[in-house]
This record gives sequence, C-alpha cells and structure tokens, in this order.
Amino acid sequence: MTELLIKPLIVEQVRADFPILTRETKPGVQLIYLDSAATSQKPASVIDAMDVYYRSYNANIHRGVHTLAEEATARYEEARGKVARFIGAPKVNEIVFTRNTTESINLVAYTWARANLQKGDLVILTEMEHHSNLVPWQILAAEKGVRLEFVPVTDEGELQQDVFENLLDQKPKLVSFTHVSNVLGTINPVKEMTQKAHAVGAMVLVDGAQSVPHFSVSVADLGVDFYAFSAHKMVGPTGIGVLWAKEETLKEMPPFLGGGDMIKRVYLRSFASNDVPHKFEAGTPAIAEAIGFGAAVDYLTSVGMENIVQHEAELTRYALQRLGQVKDLQILGPAAEKRGGVVSFTMKGIHPHDVAQILDEDGIAVRAGHHCAMPLHDRYCIPATTRASFYLYNTTDEIDQLVVSLDKVKKIFGE
Amino acid sequence: MDDLYREVIIEHYKNPDHRGSLDPHDISFEDENPLCGDHIRIDLRVDEAGLVKEAAFDGHGCAISQSSADLLLDSIIGKSVEDIKKMDKQSVLDLLGIELGPVRLKCALLPLKILKAGVYGLGEATDDLVEGS
Repeated sequence: MTELLIKPLIVEQVRADFPILTRETKPGVQLIYLDSAATSQKPASVIDAMDVYYRSYNANIHRGVHTLAEEATARYEEARGKVARFIGAPKVNEIVFTRNTTESINLVAYTWARANLQKGDLVILTEMEHHSNLVPWQILAAEKGVRLEFVPVTDEGELQQDVFENLLDQKPKLVSFTHVSNVLGTINPVKEMTQKAHAVGAMVLVDGAQSVPHFSVSVADLGVDFYAFSAHKMVGPTGIGVLWAKEETLKEMPPFLGGGDMIKRVYLRSFASNDVPHKFEAGTPAIAEAIGFGAAVDYLTSVGMENIVQHEAELTRYALQRLGQVKDLQILGPAAEKRGGVVSFTMKGIHPHDVAQILDEDGIAVRAGHHCAMPLHDRYCIPATTRASFYLYNTTDEIDQLVVSLDKVKKIFGE
Repeated sequence: MDDLYREVIIEHYKNPDHRGSLDPHDISFEDENPLCGDHIRIDLRVDEAGLVKEAAFDGHGCAISQSSADLLLDSIIGKSVEDIKKMDKQSVLDLLGIELGPVRLKCALLPLKILKAGVYGLGEATDDLVEGS
C-alpha cells in the first residue's frame, strides 16, 4: 500500500547510495558489479547503522540493565520486527536470527527433522538446489536412513511438476526447494507446490536466498512452514540470516545450539529452553549485523520492492536479448517472464573461469564456476557456467559493457 | 592480462601436444579442483632408469589449467622421476611465464599436484606437494 506513495526507481539516485559503486578496479577502470546473486553491495545507511552501534552504543544484548545494553537490545529486537514485517510474518517471534540461509536450513535439519523423521521417511528436494539445500539432507539421510528423491529440471530450467506430483504419492514428510534458482533464475511456483505438499501431509521448507532480496515475499500468503534467507544478498551485512517458521512449529522443535541466551534456567544436569525465537539463538548473536539488517530492510522498503521488481525485469529482458545475440553463447534457464535477475551462460570452447578473468580486466565482476549447484550443472552436462546477476543498482549500460567485453573474450580466444 | 592470456597459453589450450591417454602406462593419477571443477588425468611411461619416456593428459578446465598441463608434460619428457619430485610452484610459473593471483594459481598448479601425487604414488593430490618458493 505504502509503495503507491513511493517515487519510481531512479537508478542514478540508487547508485549514489552505494559508496562502493564509484570505485575503480584499477586506474581508469570503473567497477561494473554483476555478482549480486553471490552477495549484494551495501548502501551507506546500512554501513552507517553498524558503525553507529560500534561507536555509540556497543554492548551485549538482553539481561544487561545499563543504558548501552538497553539501547543495543532495543535496536536488535527492533530489527527483528522490521524483518518480520518485511516478509509478512504473522508474529515477530517467528523470526529466528541465524548466520545465513545455510545455517537456517541446517537448523531445520538438525532439530525439526531429527525429531520428526524416521528411517525410510521421504524428503523431496529438487535438482536445482544449492548445496546448502542438499548436503544437510544427505547428512541426515546417512545418519537416519531418511530417503531423498529429487524433482527433475526440464531443459528450459523449470521443475517437472508432473514428477513432483507423482513423488507426492509416496507421502513425503518434507518438501524442501528453492524459491528462485541461483543459477537458472527460475522462479518456482511456491504457493501451488506448497498446497500440493500440504495435501499429502508434508511440511514445506523454502530457500528464499534469491527471492526475498528481489520481490515482495509474504510467508503467510505462500503458506510454507519454513522459510530461510540471508541479509547479505539484500543489501544487508554478511553473518546474519533468518529462519522463519510458525510459532507453534518453533515451540515444538528441539533447541539447536546450546549455550547462553537460549535457556530459561540451567541446572548442573539439565536446562529449560528459553521462549522462541531465543531458544534458537545461543550465545552472543551478530548484534551489529542485525542492526544493519534492519537498516537494509528500511532501505529496500524506501526504494519500494515493486520498483525493484520492475527495474530488474527490465534489466533481465535486456540482458537476455543482448546476450542472445552473442554468437556461440548459450544461455541457461527459462524466458524472461519466468525468471529473476540471474543469467548464467556458457561460451563455446572457452572456460567460464577464463571468461570471468578477462571480464575482470574491464572491471566487470561476474561469477564463474558451479555456483554451489554441482548436480544442476551435471544435469546440463556442463562443468561450469559464467553468471551475471543484477540488482537495483545495475544499468542497461553495464549490460552493454558486458557484451562488449564478451566480444573481447572471443577475440582473445580466436573464436 | 595480455600476459595472462599470452599467445603461448591460448595455443597450448587450443592445440595441446600431449592431450590423450597412455595405455598401458607406468604411472597414472587424476584429480580435480573442487573450486571450479577442473579435472585432469596424467599418464606416464617411465623406463628402467626412471626417465619419463612419454606423457599424456586428459580432462577439462580453463585455459590456465589445461595449458599448464600441456607445458608441464612438455618439460618432463626425458626427465627423471626424482627431478619431478623436486619441481614446485616456481617451476610451473616459469613454464607459464606469467604471474597469477591466488585463485588462478590453483588452476595453474593442479597439473603439477596431480603429477607429483602420481610419481610419489600417493592416494591424493594435496597442496603441500606444490608449495615452495
């Protein structure tokens, strides 16, 4: 609603908010940052919020009664409230601060899954998962004899929904998949898949690392049971992420790490867990980062998620069109309207590491490799890809520069 | 970068002299760089005196790792296995004639790591095989 009052995104103004974007990678070479799917850049307001904490009210949170501790606790908990509102969480105490998406998924695997899954129970994953949504379940499978099945990916980079529906007949206990693929850019139909999974009694975990930064997500509307994401991909700091789950679910889950702050009462031989979400936040958390996360959410809200969606859609369409014209360049993933601002590609006869290295000479930061999705690359029978990913501060000019530099790559390799 | 992708490297990448496999062979070892998935296998034929008679590599990867493999095999034919054991990071950098940052250094050193693991008869190729000046 408030977004109707927000002015359209003016990219020059947005860029001015990000100090790093003025830097040169070497004298005379301007940085062109096309690696936001790995981590986004940070606006001054986020950097300042953390700086102010360290300079003026640095203190440990909770239990402290002095002024600084009161202030730090208030800002930390305020950040939790901002994040809760940002993702449409019904309750603030449903936001568990973790280190990142990976830790959030591991938290579910180590607590909920160990308490609720038995030998032979089925967990459904997909072929397009990041390693962070594969390995925790492989560890669980090895330990408890839980079965894993995978929804395959079509040549166009979409999940095979008919196979998913067939797998649901086997009555899985958990379905865990990504909202947006970090390689293909595919936006998966989370709401429909969740409804189908719930119809057979499965719980649903969604990896939101590549979605929350880029479009408005309401966990309540999606209807999922667990939702995981990281601050650092959404203009916030590294070292802090979120696990969202319904309060009832969190209450029933066993604790994760043991230590300070996650307890109500400790005896020599036993303890009573603290209330949620503190039950899952053992030890001194990333206080400055939580405060920075709050500032990041404020920043994205002030720009307007609808504006970010529009801007990225325009960049993605433009990139697909321009890159599509480069000879011997193969783009992975679905059409523009079905994907987020991620374009992974291969170039005939040229390894992605070499592509990225030559682009770096022109100040262009892209990622080369398997992007922590080796099985997905195996699926397409390619060892690696080059990935350009876009965010609110990128421009069509930067995409033009990318295309110019790709021509240079081809010249060097004599293709 | 003109240095990094100088002609000799592109040439050995596109038209390697030693790509292939040797069957039978006296020594064979393969490994990969998990960071980027570069994969290389090296086969050697060694005579009674311990001298390398033939060498071949196969696999896939970036121009740096593949040309490094080709240049490396070029340099060891006629050399003794004991000499290969003495090779280190600098030997590879001298062959390539370029300077490399830490990430690409791993690409360049992968072939030597594999070669040394093979001649030492080790179970795995570890970084300490190629450390040194």
